[in-house]
Amino acid sequence: MGLDQLRGKLAYQGLLLGGVALLTGAALVLADRATLADIKRAQAADMKQSLAQVLPGQYDNDLLQDTVTLPGPEGEVTVYRARRAGRVEAVVFQVQGHGYAGPVVSMMGVDRDGHVLGVRVIQHKETPGLGDKVEPAKADWIHSFEHRFLGDPPADKWAVKKDGGVFDQFTGATITPRAVVNSVKGGLVFFQKERARLLDDGSGAAAALPKPSLSGNTATKME
Amino acid sequence: MSNQYTRITKDGLWDNNIVFAQILGMCPTMAVTGSATNGLGMGLATTAVLVAANALVSAVRNLVSPDVRIPVYIVIIATLVTLVDVSLNAWAHDLYKVLGLYIALIVANCAVLGRAEAFAQKVGIAPAAMDGLMMGLGFTFALTLIGGIREMIGAGTLFANAHLLLGSGFAFLETTVIPEYKGYLLMILPPGGFLVLGFLLAGKRIVDKRLAEREALAATPQAAAV
Repeated sequence: MGLDQLRGKLAYQGLLLGGVALLTGAALVLADRATLADIKRAQAADMKQSLAQVLPGQYDNDLLQDTVTLPGPEGEVTVYRARRAGRVEAVVFQVQGHGYAGPVVSMMGVDRDGHVLGVRVIQHKETPGLGDKVEPAKADWIHSFEHRFLGDPPADKWAVKKDGGVFDQFTGATITPRAVVNSVKGGLVFFQKERARLLDDGSGAAAALPKPSLSGNTATKME
Repeated sequence: MSNQYTRITKDGLWDNNIVFAQILGMCPTMAVTGSATNGLGMGLATTAVLVAANALVSAVRNLVSPDVRIPVYIVIIATLVTLVDVSLNAWAHDLYKVLGLYIALIVANCAVLGRAEAFAQKVGIAPAAMDGLMMGLGFTFALTLIGGIREMIGAGTLFANAHLLLGSGFAFLETTVIPEYKGYLLMILPPGGFLVLGFLLAGKRIVDKRLAEREALAATPQAAAV
C-alpha cells in the first residue's frame, strides 16, 4: 500500500498525531533536562542581584538558603535573612500594593532595628512616563525610603503628601507612589509584628522593639 | 530556480510583508513595539522560529495527512518556541530578561502557522527555510520601524537599551533624537501602535501605487510619448 492510500486511513492519523506528540514531548523533556541547572543558576544570580540592591553591606551567609515563610499582609511572605557571625542583621522580603494598572510588587530590606535599608519595585504595569518614576533608572524617588522607619515619619504620616503624609507623589500620578508607600508601610508593620521570629535571635517575643519615641537613639546607628 | 528565491525575497520583505501586506501577527506588532529595541528583539526571535518551523513542516509534508495537518503544525511550532524559550533562559539569560515575556507570544503569532500552511507544506526544505528567513526579516523590519517611530515621537530616543539586546558593542545605536523631550505618552501607549501602523499602511499603498504607475509607463513607451 502506498503512502497516499495510507494517509487516508483513520488509524494513520491517530498514529501520526501520537507520534508527533511523542517526538516533540521527548524533545521538550531533553531540553528541560539540559537547561534546568543553568536556569536555576541564572535565577539564583538574579535573585542575589536584586537582594543586593536593597541590602547594602556585607553578610556572611547565603541568603537564598536562609529563609523563613510567615503569613503576611498579602498572603505568605518569604523572608530572606542576612547574617553576620550568626546574628540576623537584616531581612529582605516582598511587599505588594495596588497600583493604577495592577499589582506593584516591591522588594524591601529592613535592618534589625526596623530601619528601611532600601526598596526596589521589581514588578509593575504602571503608565510609562508617569507611574514608572518608581524605577530608580527614571527618578530618585524610590531612595526616599532609605533610613526611615515607623516613627520617622510616624505611622499616620507614612503616606503620600496628598494623603497628608510626607512622601512626594508624581505630577499626574498619585496612585502608583501611594501603592508603594502603603506597601512599604505594611512591610514595616509586618516586620514589627513578626520581629522576634524574623530575627531568630533566641530572645523570643520579649525582644524589645524601639518605640517611636526612642527612635532618636537608634538613629545613631544609621550609616 | 534563482528566480524563485528572488520572488521569495521580494515577497517576504515587501510585496507580501507579514505586517504591511498580510496584516498578520498583530498581537506582537501592537504589544512590543513601544521601542525600536523591543521590536528588533521580537522580530529576530520570530525569525528564528519561522525558519525552523518552515523547514520542519516542509520536511514532514509528505508524511502528514491533510486532515490533521493543523494540530501537527501547531505542536511543531509550540515545541520550537518552547525550545527557544528554555535555551535563551539558560544560556542567554540577560537577553531572556528583555525578551522573555514576548517569546511565548510567538506561538500565538498566526503568521508562523500561516507560512507553514500557505507555503512550507508545498515546497522543498530549502525554499521553505528561505521563505521563513525572508518573512522573518520583513517582520523584523516592520516591527523595528513601528517601534522606532513610536519611540522617537513618544520618548525622544531611538534604540534605547540596545546594549541589553545586542551586547555592549551596539551601544552606539542608542541615540537621543530630541534632548530634554518631555515625551508624548499617547505614542507609547497602545493607541500609538494603531496610529503608526495605520499611517504606514497608507504610506505603503501610496508607494505601491507609484511603483505600479511607473511600471505601466515603462511597459508602454508610446503612451508616455503622447
